[in-house]
Amino acid sequence: MADFDFDVIANNLPFLWQGLQLSLLLTLLAVVGGIVFGTMLALMRLSGILPLSLLAGTYVNLIRSVPLILVIFWFYFLVPLALGRPIGSFYSALIAFTLFEAAYFSEIIRAGIQSVRKGQVHAAQATGLNYWQTQRYIVLPQAFRNMIPILVTQGIILFQDTSLVFVVSLRDFMTVSSIVARTEGRLVEMYIFAACVYFVICFAGSLFVRRLHKARPA
Amino acid sequence: MDYNWNWGVLFQDPYLGWLILGVQWTFAVALAAWVIALVVGIVVGVGRTLPSRPISLICTAYVELFRNVPLLVQMFLWYFVMPEMVPDEVGRWMKRDMPNPEYVTAVIALGLYTASRVAEQVRAGINAVGPGLTNAAYANGFSVAQTYRYILLPISFRLIVPPMTSEFLTIFKNSSLALTIGLLELTAQSQQIAEYTFNGFEAYTAATVIYVCIALVATLVMQVAERYTRIPGYMGSK
Repeated sequence: MADFDFDVIANNLPFLWQGLQLSLLLTLLAVVGGIVFGTMLALMRLSGILPLSLLAGTYVNLIRSVPLILVIFWFYFLVPLALGRPIGSFYSALIAFTLFEAAYFSEIIRAGIQSVRKGQVHAAQATGLNYWQTQRYIVLPQAFRNMIPILVTQGIILFQDTSLVFVVSLRDFMTVSSIVARTEGRLVEMYIFAACVYFVICFAGSLFVRRLHKARPA
Repeated sequence: MDYNWNWGVLFQDPYLGWLILGVQWTFAVALAAWVIALVVGIVVGVGRTLPSRPISLICTAYVELFRNVPLLVQMFLWYFVMPEMVPDEVGRWMKRDMPNPEYVTAVIALGLYTASRVAEQVRAGINAVGPGLTNAAYANGFSVAQTYRYILLPISFRLIVPPMTSEFLTIFKNSSLALTIGLLELTAQSQQIAEYTFNGFEAYTAATVIYVCIALVATLVMQVAERYTRIPGYMGSK
């Protein structure tokens, strides 16, 4: 432990910061995309229209039974093939994360929508709002308010998951750390540093979630 | 779309064998890690609910530490960093003579990581039993050990069977991370077939179908288990 080399971290700080920015960007975009697509899936499942709910249910259960790494491989291979030209690993990773996490977000959102009392929907319909207006002005705002802590928790999990883009060599924080580790021959320092950075960010996030829980009456 | 379909490739000589080998490694990693996850997870989860402050603090620290670092980083810590941190003799043995280093490392990393998730379920289960029964046990003169042995654990273990099902499925999915330290489990084998044959579609479909089958079988088995372990009167509570 005495020969722990802090210089290797200091010297590569700009490079590591670039990697962390990419991790955070990927997390942010995938959270937004995942929530949008996840909301669509949740509404489809609760729509009461059999083909739609069946389709969404199958999608969610299929995605939830395969590992994220396999999904990343799928889209790394599939996206360039479908578009007929290479588009770089960032976009295929972003598509993979959005579609993968949407399945998990949709389960959270579905529970959130179901937590809004039926009376609210009936009252909305009685005042003459149509289906979309009911969802837009009555159900979803209340559902999302109830879900915020769980959505943030899922966001933290997603941030940890982004480290898996390592398998397609996309230069996120994890990949960059391992590049520095190898080129400088400092595996111990770099991987411990990476663990500390992930821990600080995720632990701060979970403390924030705990405050959200306390701020709201259950 | 320019693509040469060839589903036969999955049944050709080396590739079918690779897939079967991959499935075997996936099961070997997931099941061995599950044993570690259960044992450590139950100890840590129970520890968090104990009246002793130091013990519950240590157990809370364990859960926070293992939950807030990505599993991939943990894999690398066990694989690359651990041999450097232990005394030289042991480190040299780990690097040179330890049998199946990728497998052993993957099992330890995945097991201890999943243990933190199992511990959370165990703690939630014990808390779900409620203070009424615990206080009743103490009022009857039960010691702490007796309260856990006869009241809290028998009830909470049955309560947490449904959430443990999804943890059990998750450990199969997470076993795919073993490929990052060079273990050729199912996902790695399908990726290797894709690289050798350029039939990525077929290779990834095969892996996907196998994972879905594992999930279906595990869900069915656990549904049966849930029926036998359900506690009448506790139905509504999770």
